[in-house]
Amino acid sequence: MYYQEKKSIVNIISTLLVYGIYYWIVYQEYGDRVMSPDEELQYWGKTMLLIIPIAIASKIVIHIIFSITNRLVTSERQPCFEDERDKIIALTSTRNAFMVFGFGFLGALGVIAYGMPMRSMFIFMIVAGVLSDVFDNLSQLYFHRKGI
Amino acid sequence: MGEHRVSNNIRVLRFHNDEMTQQELAEKVGVTRQTIVAIEKGKYSPSLELAFRMARVFDTPLEEVFSFNEEPKKK
Repeated sequence: MYYQEKKSIVNIISTLLVYGIYYWIVYQEYGDRVMSPDEELQYWGKTMLLIIPIAIASKIVIHIIFSITNRLVTSERQPCFEDERDKIIALTSTRNAFMVFGFGFLGALGVIAYGMPMRSMFIFMIVAGVLSDVFDNLSQLYFHRKGI
Repeated sequence: MGEHRVSNNIRVLRFHNDEMTQQELAEKVGVTRQTIVAIEKGKYSPSLELAFRMARVFDTPLEEVFSFNEEPKKK
């Protein structure tokens, strides 16, 4: 298995772990709390803003650990540049991820249109965000293995 | 994805060029070894620029490196 393929698998696992743990902790702390609509909006705004630096920092740390471990175990060097094939794969995968998030966003609007609670809309959007990230990496894995 | 009409003789040409390795070819044309592997296996059709760079490395016309098949090659 090549470096890029392993990286995609590590990214999928780290995305699921980081987002899963973060939202589990948030839910444990605030899940049952009754809030006014204004408070709830503020809560979701903070929750979604806070995950951005946490996700970036966690992914950097996980990536460093993966690179060091991979180098020690397989002696395989990390590619030092992206060539044309890598760029095409990245672009196509990003397009797939945007499509997944787009459907998720439409679903979130649908949730509001059907009069469901605001919380459901935000949960829908977060799940769509996580799924789009996973789909991005799954697409990369697929294109690296099967060709593009 | 599964069908590619462009086939190549890169493996043979590498062999006839002092058994050039995939890594050496990759360095000469400025791509990663994985891309050379994918091209050799017919999993990726290179850009025109990359195809010309490969032909130049082997010092041979482009048509001897790559050929276009009317019937798609099924994987």
